Amino acid sequence: MPIPVSSRSAPPAGAGRPAAAPARPAPAAARRRRSHSRTEQRAGAAFAAPGVVLLLVFVIGPAVVSLVLAFTNARLVSPTPPEFIGLDNFERAFTEDAAFHRSLLNTFVFAAVVVPLQGGLGLVLALLVNQRLAGRNIFRTVYFLPVITSMVVVSLLWRFLYQEDGLVNSGLSMITGGAWAGQAWLANPSTAMGAIVVMSVWQGVGFHMIIWLAGLQTIPEEVYEAGALDGTTPWQRFRHLTLPLLKPTFVFVLITITIAAMSLFVQVNIMTGGGPVGSTSTLVLQIVQKGFQQQQMGYGAALSLVFFCVVLALALVQRRLTRDRD
Amino acid sequence: MAATFKPLSRRRSSGRLWTYVPMSVLAVFFLFPIVFMLVASLKSDHQIFADMDSLRAFLPVGELSFANYAAVFDRVPFWRFLGNTLFVTFMVTAFGLIVNSMCGYALARMRWKGRGLVFGLVIATLILPFDTTIVPLVYLVANLPWIGFDGLTPVLETGWLNTYRVQIIPFIVNAFSIFLFAQYFKSLPKGLEEAAAIDGAGWLRTYWRIIVPLSKPVFATVAILTVVTSPATWNAYLWPLMTVQSEELRPVMVGVQYFFQLDTAWGEVMAYISMITLPMVIVFLVFQRAFIQSIASAGMKD
Repeated sequence: MPIPVSSRSAPPAGAGRPAAAPARPAPAAARRRRSHSRTEQRAGAAFAAPGVVLLLVFVIGPAVVSLVLAFTNARLVSPTPPEFIGLDNFERAFTEDAAFHRSLLNTFVFAAVVVPLQGGLGLVLALLVNQRLAGRNIFRTVYFLPVITSMVVVSLLWRFLYQEDGLVNSGLSMITGGAWAGQAWLANPSTAMGAIVVMSVWQGVGFHMIIWLAGLQTIPEEVYEAGALDGTTPWQRFRHLTLPLLKPTFVFVLITITIAAMSLFVQVNIMTGGGPVGSTSTLVLQIVQKGFQQQQMGYGAALSLVFFCVVLALALVQRRLTRDRD
Repeated sequence: MAATFKPLSRRRSSGRLWTYVPMSVLAVFFLFPIVFMLVASLKSDHQIFADMDSLRAFLPVGELSFANYAAVFDRVPFWRFLGNTLFVTFMVTAFGLIVNSMCGYALARMRWKGRGLVFGLVIATLILPFDTTIVPLVYLVANLPWIGFDGLTPVLETGWLNTYRVQIIPFIVNAFSIFLFAQYFKSLPKGLEEAAAIDGAGWLRTYWRIIVPLSKPVFATVAILTVVTSPATWNAYLWPLMTVQSEELRPVMVGVQYFFQLDTAWGEVMAYISMITLPMVIVFLVFQRAFIQSIASAGMKD
């Protein structure tokens, strides 16, 4: 990097800066500015350096490596060096790998259900605890409590609740007066994913309640007062005042839930391992199984790349759609 | 007077009732698994299943004991796991605050070559899900060099697997943290640095003495978000599962694996997951306002 002035001629940073009144003010001021901006150059780079180095080594680096490995047959532990195999991994993924197809579909279905459910329920909870009510803080705390509970814990807990002799069945049987015949929710291919949806929303919705609540609280009281004067119903006020004003929050909630839903892994790993018969297998589970457990690193990297493109595309589409609605 | 007020207040209280009923139903929905977990941890497996058909499942009734908790200590080195998690969480959070805040500060308030490029990198990694790089990251950390010490002589080692550093160093930097810091620092009044420079303070001192004290809220926000949402702190599971084999270095969440077996002792499982949940719940209840505030402010950036 070229340095304009010899570093030796620069005064130590800060020292002697406003010292004695210089004889020729203009050049002195110019010199001062220049030296200031040079120390700023160096200090700026130095401040950013640790973060940039770590980002390059542990985030960007692996991402680039992943991009390259996706076109090779690399294995995690292998005596032979990886070979370039072009698009073979992608061909295998999209034409042969039935488990991947199933996982792709499952992941989309999960996201398509969880995003509106969690986003919508989060908004309902936020509206409820945003009212002036005695005890609203207690309700807020209760709704938020699952967020503080680790997904690992939640998954184990709900695995027990969903057993054939578990609490969910006994509760349903109690409500229906014994008419409900229990079933093992996670062992049945047609209910396993639904069961994971319910517990995922249970765990995550408090987080988005808080985000919605923060959005609601940015809306000034006067907006509603003006609305109330015109004789509008609460629903009209919600539909035409609250919702449009919540749009920035809406975009954030939409994108964060989508990314989290597409990354579904821990619940599945602990509760079902992807079964029964692949009904709860997901993209990230496939990445970990193929890339790590089966040590097919190149193939795992290819799946990662597909995953990243899907998430990126969804985020871009969502941004575009929410922007055009103006 | 009383007559005119009465219908009004009755209407209001019935309106209240209509909000309290759904709110309470929802509260039951969010609380029942947690209450069940805590109560079941005090019961024998036999009693857990016997009580399942009634509300007794949620009540600490019958023969209660801490036998499950004692069994947990026999099965796993709990204090060791907890100590590991606390250590890793502290290191990731503390170093993360320093590194990410300084990077955010340089991006927000200093002019230097490459700033635009670095800002672009940070934004690009914002939407990169951690799971997409996890496989090459394992490969990378398995081959990274490290300078260890054999007594006092430095020794060049290869591979980070099975260490504390593999659980800490890759997770210090966080694009979202940098972004939050940069946004906050941008909102501070202009001219702070110039005023400090007149007093003869260098950049580091200005940062440490003036900027940091003015920015306590964003430090609290990032610290809390790191502890609650990072894949390497309190909730660390997948990463240590893949990179740490030795028992002495394992964190609490990986400890659940010790309870996976053919004939699961559910009372012990409930005791263990209660033990690894309660510390965080207590911290949350104490610092509740700060927690809520942090998450709220994370959503306000757009």
